[in-house]
Amino acid sequence: MKKDYSIWSLFTKGLNYNEGWDPAWRSAELKPSYNVVIVGAGGHGLATAYYLAKEHGVRDIAVIEKGYLGGGNTARNTTIVRSNYLWDEATMLYEHALKLWEHLTEELNFNVMFSQRGVFNLGHTLQDMRDIERRVNANVLNGVDAQVLDAAEVKRRIPILNTSRNARYPVLGASYQPRAGVARHDAVAWGFARAASKYGVDIVENCEVTGMDIVNGRLQGLQTSRGSVRADRVGCVASGHSSVLAKMAGIRLPIESHPLQAFVSESMKPVLDTVVMSNAVHGYASQSDKGELVIGAGIDHYTSYTQRGSPHIIEHTAAAIIELFPIFSRVRMNRQWGGIVDTTPDACPIISKTKVKGLYFNCGWGTGGFKATPGSGNVFAHTIANDEPHPLNKAFSLDRFSTGHLIDEHGAAAVAH
Amino acid sequence: MTSHRIRHEKARVDFGRPISFHFDGKSYTGYAGDTLASALLANGVRMLGRSFKYGRPRGIVGAGAEEPNALTQVETGAATIPNLKATQVELYDGLTARRTTGWPALDFDLKSVSGRFSRFMPAGFYYKTFQSRALWPKFEHVIRQAAGYGSAPEEADLDSYDHSHRHAEVVVVGGGPCGLLTALNLGRAGLNVTLLDEQRELGGWLLSYPHAIIDGQPGYDWLKNIIAELRSLPRVQIFTRTSAFALHDLNLIQAVEQLQDHLPLAERSETSPRQRLHRIRASHIVLATGAIERPLVFGNNDLPGILTASALTTYLNRYGVAVGRRVVMQTSNDFAYQGACDLARAGCSVVLADTRTRPNTVWEQRAHAAGVDVRPGYAISGALGSRAVKAAKLVKISADQNSISGDGPTIECDALGSSGGLSPTVHLYCHDGGRPHWDEEKLAFVAPAMGRAATGIYCVGGITGTFGLQPALMQAHEVSDAVLAATGKASVGERRSIETDEPNAIPARRIFRVPDGKVEGHGKKAFVDFQNDVTAADIHLAVRENYRSIEHIKRYTALGFGTDQGKLSNVNGFAIAAEALGKSIPDVGTTTYRPAYSPVTFGTLAGPHEGDTFEPKRYTPMHASHVARGAVFENVGQWLRPQYFLKAGEDQDAAIRRECIAARRGVGIMDASTLGKIDLQGKDAREFLNRVYANSWTQLAPGKCRYGLMLDENGMVMDDGVTACISDEHFAMTTTTGGAARVLSWLENWHQTEWPDLDVYMTSVTDHWATAAVVGPKSREVLAKVCSDIDLSPSSFKFMDWREGTVAGVAARVFRISFSGELAFEVNVDANYGYHLWEALLAAGAEFDITPYGTDAMHLLRAEKGFIIVGQDTDGSMTPFDLDMAWAVSMKKPFSFIGKRSFARSDTAGPNRKQLVGLLTEDPSIVLAEGAQIIEAPEVNPPVAMLGHVTSSYFSPELGRSIALAVVRDGIKRRSPEGQNAGRDRLFAYFGGQTHRVQVVSPVFVDPKGERQNA
Amino acid sequence: MLVLFCPHCQEKREEEEFGYGGEAFRIRPASPDTADDDTWADYLFMRTNPKGWNWELWSHATGCRKFFVVKRNTATNSIAGSWTLSDGRKVYDAEGGSQ
Repeated sequence: MKKDYSIWSLFTKGLNYNEGWDPAWRSAELKPSYNVVIVGAGGHGLATAYYLAKEHGVRDIAVIEKGYLGGGNTARNTTIVRSNYLWDEATMLYEHALKLWEHLTEELNFNVMFSQRGVFNLGHTLQDMRDIERRVNANVLNGVDAQVLDAAEVKRRIPILNTSRNARYPVLGASYQPRAGVARHDAVAWGFARAASKYGVDIVENCEVTGMDIVNGRLQGLQTSRGSVRADRVGCVASGHSSVLAKMAGIRLPIESHPLQAFVSESMKPVLDTVVMSNAVHGYASQSDKGELVIGAGIDHYTSYTQRGSPHIIEHTAAAIIELFPIFSRVRMNRQWGGIVDTTPDACPIISKTKVKGLYFNCGWGTGGFKATPGSGNVFAHTIANDEPHPLNKAFSLDRFSTGHLIDEHGAAAVAH
Repeated sequence: MTSHRIRHEKARVDFGRPISFHFDGKSYTGYAGDTLASALLANGVRMLGRSFKYGRPRGIVGAGAEEPNALTQVETGAATIPNLKATQVELYDGLTARRTTGWPALDFDLKSVSGRFSRFMPAGFYYKTFQSRALWPKFEHVIRQAAGYGSAPEEADLDSYDHSHRHAEVVVVGGGPCGLLTALNLGRAGLNVTLLDEQRELGGWLLSYPHAIIDGQPGYDWLKNIIAELRSLPRVQIFTRTSAFALHDLNLIQAVEQLQDHLPLAERSETSPRQRLHRIRASHIVLATGAIERPLVFGNNDLPGILTASALTTYLNRYGVAVGRRVVMQTSNDFAYQGACDLARAGCSVVLADTRTRPNTVWEQRAHAAGVDVRPGYAISGALGSRAVKAAKLVKISADQNSISGDGPTIECDALGSSGGLSPTVHLYCHDGGRPHWDEEKLAFVAPAMGRAATGIYCVGGITGTFGLQPALMQAHEVSDAVLAATGKASVGERRSIETDEPNAIPARRIFRVPDGKVEGHGKKAFVDFQNDVTAADIHLAVRENYRSIEHIKRYTALGFGTDQGKLSNVNGFAIAAEALGKSIPDVGTTTYRPAYSPVTFGTLAGPHEGDTFEPKRYTPMHASHVARGAVFENVGQWLRPQYFLKAGEDQDAAIRRECIAARRGVGIMDASTLGKIDLQGKDAREFLNRVYANSWTQLAPGKCRYGLMLDENGMVMDDGVTACISDEHFAMTTTTGGAARVLSWLENWHQTEWPDLDVYMTSVTDHWATAAVVGPKSREVLAKVCSDIDLSPSSFKFMDWREGTVAGVAARVFRISFSGELAFEVNVDANYGYHLWEALLAAGAEFDITPYGTDAMHLLRAEKGFIIVGQDTDGSMTPFDLDMAWAVSMKKPFSFIGKRSFARSDTAGPNRKQLVGLLTEDPSIVLAEGAQIIEAPEVNPPVAMLGHVTSSYFSPELGRSIALAVVRDGIKRRSPEGQNAGRDRLFAYFGGQTHRVQVVSPVFVDPKGERQNA
Repeated sequence: MLVLFCPHCQEKREEEEFGYGGEAFRIRPASPDTADDDTWADYLFMRTNPKGWNWELWSHATGCRKFFVVKRNTATNSIAGSWTLSDGRKVYDAEGGSQ
């Protein structure tokens, strides 16, 4: 792929008043038929299209999106990327993604600002520390970088953290993943859109699916707000609306859609150079390149598609952040928002064929989908192209809910479900 | 230096009360009533910082929450606050503040160097470069150092914060003329009204435009009268300095009341809160939030000394400050005229370029009379100056399209004000899903007065696009009537016809970006968003690169992302985007309005929930006794439980060892009061137990206890505990400490939703009972000393029996159950006697050296016996069979108990499941880490297949060696001796980078036949 | 933040007093032991998760501890009403069940 973003192109285009920049991606009109249609132009959907085109040679692809591309949870998450999960299946999937992240900027010729500033998962109880030990040992045996740190070492690395024994829930230690970090969420969607577009993928925004044409258990095509489209295969990657789409195919999913809220502080000078997550006190924080503290909350307990939650959750999260970082008490919240997370009974995603031939679902990422973006797209592309799961997502098929082979990652999801 | 103060009687500052303050290390004087911004402007301070990206000089632009530039760090040390807008900081004696940008010095800012290369740093340039994996961390470091405004405090906050929860029939947001009048109408009708205003004093725009005449009264008199009457109404509550920052679902307002920030540090109370968060649930909400003037976008429009026209006017009228003496203004509308007239009357020279060829003739006459030089058909295409505005370049502008039709003069000036029209403050209206609509006549996104009346949300005044005072006040009557009708009250009655001296408005010109005769991007930078250095050219570039959704434009350029949340910039940005896209503004739409309207202190959000009161602490009745005996406590849920009791000279290990030995050889005592306790009664209680537990309760007789495993419907163990049969229709259940609340809710759910036909009632009695477990070979002797009415002999009081009697003079239930494997009695008494019971047992046991023990010893003792702890040895993926506890499952019960069906699924019933086993290390001195992974071979070449993990691990004083519990694939068959034959019992445990040889054994290490507990 | 009416207490109270119990009127197979795996999985894990009106279970967790049903629109968070389980069931059935 031609690398047309560079310091040189900034220089030459700059000389010409920046008038020579091409569209980052091509907006397309919906054609009557495609080989593959991906529903949902978030990071996962665009990555799926990109890898379908790049690695599986599929040429006739559309990504359709009911709003603007990258406008769902891609635009609303707190951008943490890590792979320190508990169970082998999840760890290997997220580690696959993390490895792709490490080269994504160069691969896409688009700086996704992946910043490997490390992630600390704090332990506040003896059971937290047992779980941390278990998880870290499993990570290491799976070839994933992970360390157990005691409270003194955590304090040494994060001096502003409250590690007092007198805290309501004292920090007893942490797990640490050095290769983990954060990325610029919008850039991931834009970078994949641009790269997919170069492979000829049609990106169609403001195109909402309104129905599915299914004959004899086989998908024929979709009805959309921009007309009908025929497709051999359709992959749904519409986080926050998975159940709505599934209903059109007569499928019920093991998913509940909950609000998940987050907020940012005003922009400040650098004060926190890593990512800190605490399951026990329900809060996590990092500082963006712009200087805002980016803070995530726990999910609201009721279901909702409104993309907003209840204020007591934010209040509780602010309290948790002050519990962890007393110096942030006088810092101010600038903006809060919510997304819709599709939670599953085992806090693991579904990347699966369905009972409808030609229809595939990639959903149920709960609170942790962003980190998986390239890996999710990569294995989902494989699943669609081969009509068989990639070895890394075999365990994430829908049939696990009938066989009982759940992969319970509630502990590692880091957010109270 | 020219004086910027203009002392006039309408000013809302007290010229008799000078106040000294410090900014950037220099001392200045202002007056009571000033903001930091007005005082700085009065002292001629123009440049307050440098811009975010290009390091350009920046000064104050606005006069309130809309301010994008003047972000200051107020106070130092523990009292410091980053990023306060100088326009919102009330001046107090001794105030100390500093700028937050400009490094290393305001006069020489490093970013201004990079600013010279700004053409190579268009919007989103960082996405296109810094792509080297090796170099990106270094680039990122530089970017991060350059970003950000103020600094987080370096010390913990000494202030406290408060929460208040309120209910109101009506909340009126905004104490301007419309809000006041509406509140008055509703208050007079007897409604419970809460009026919120973010400012120090009520009045809103009237404070900036005091010359208005309402009903023949001068504006201030009208204000004074209405406020006085409002304050006299008993059901009206008024909160000033209270910013309603969010509107949530179902009419919930969140507001922050600033209680002390305006006081000198020395006068602040340490015992009362700094700020209070109000949550107000209202039946009706009236949004009278007004509007904010947006500037016009033109070249170099970011020079210090360039403000919005209304800010210039506010500083003059409200604060007695002339930002400059030679003022040039430009406007697209009538709104700037009043300010221009006021400035001219105050002695400033004023040139007003009206982009309209035909201004409002009434205003034109008034302006002429005041001495304003009105230039119809002119616009300011660019400002000149380097560190402050020095001159304005005027051009003639076409009547019908936004293009230059002729040259104009360059006019020297020291202040420049522009008005591009008013943008209604629709934020709250939109927070919970409301959408504003574009009014092409008003050139504004407006919230209709009755658009959400059905759900109790009304809008009045500027927010609705009703910008004139007279029509807005008339609208206040209409909205008042609507609210009164909805609450069943009588109408306001005969409407007073409100008269003001405002001329009838004529339409504004539709202009946002003032042309400079050049292609966008070729001329001087024209800023849309000052705080994020977003120019009109950036927006055009974004569109050129196909970032065409307004959300894309916002995210690509950072438009509206600052701490001002785009209050000045958003509408200009939408309009410029619309032009670049060739779309209409409503087709472009708005970005989403999110709370907070103005930034809110974390501490205020947290309120009292910090430090010790972050979450409640639960203590058992014996807590004081534990403290006195040197207990170290462990958090278990909200409970504080003794983890171990330290004696002089001991460490943790020694204490645990001593406690365990006492329980095994003599007698120990443990506080088990935290265990969840649920009392179940009813004739179907027994059947209920059969359904919610895996085992059978059919045969359990009164006086007997039984251990039960509670499963979720997925077949996995979720809780366990002992339940006693009190009578045929009465059972006492215990749950794990952490699971108590969840289990009760679980049971209630099943009973109420699935089996309402069962006659059973359940109540949490956790806090009603205190429980002391007397454990060890000598426990019977100890108990005998304080209990004479229970036959404690082994033949009559057997293991798993319970008896009612009197212990230490207190009515008690005594359970002969054991979590240690020793002879043990759990004594339950009314919690009020818990401390008494505990002390009496300790006294009775003194001769046997009775030893209190904590959770560490408890865990160790039970692990020696292979007893599980749910949540430690299980993780939600273990069935009773995985735990080798088939004895606790009755598959023959007629009712398919919770979780039973799930056993039959292929994976749950399948081979190779992880099962509970014991582990012995080859080296008996090595204590495995809890969480060590079990692997088949000693080599570690990732990825390594893992067979399971260590769940519990201790050094056993009883055995003089380490022991562990683990879950291991196919573990039951691996246990020696059976596993030994096949050689399958030899495995390795991995933790901390090392592997250790282990043998798989039975999880019961001590007294496998259970003789001790039956003794 | 929601505000819910508890039909047992006859009081409108803030959300924090209540616990969310998921979709209401889910039916446990009458004879679980003979239900096939897919039927069991459908009951156990699958949800309608509608965007729009949702019949849902709430408990007045820090109040009377009773469960009740609420009809709430998940697309807007507006609430049509609260009923006791038995009253709610009648309304639900009259509407033709889950929609």
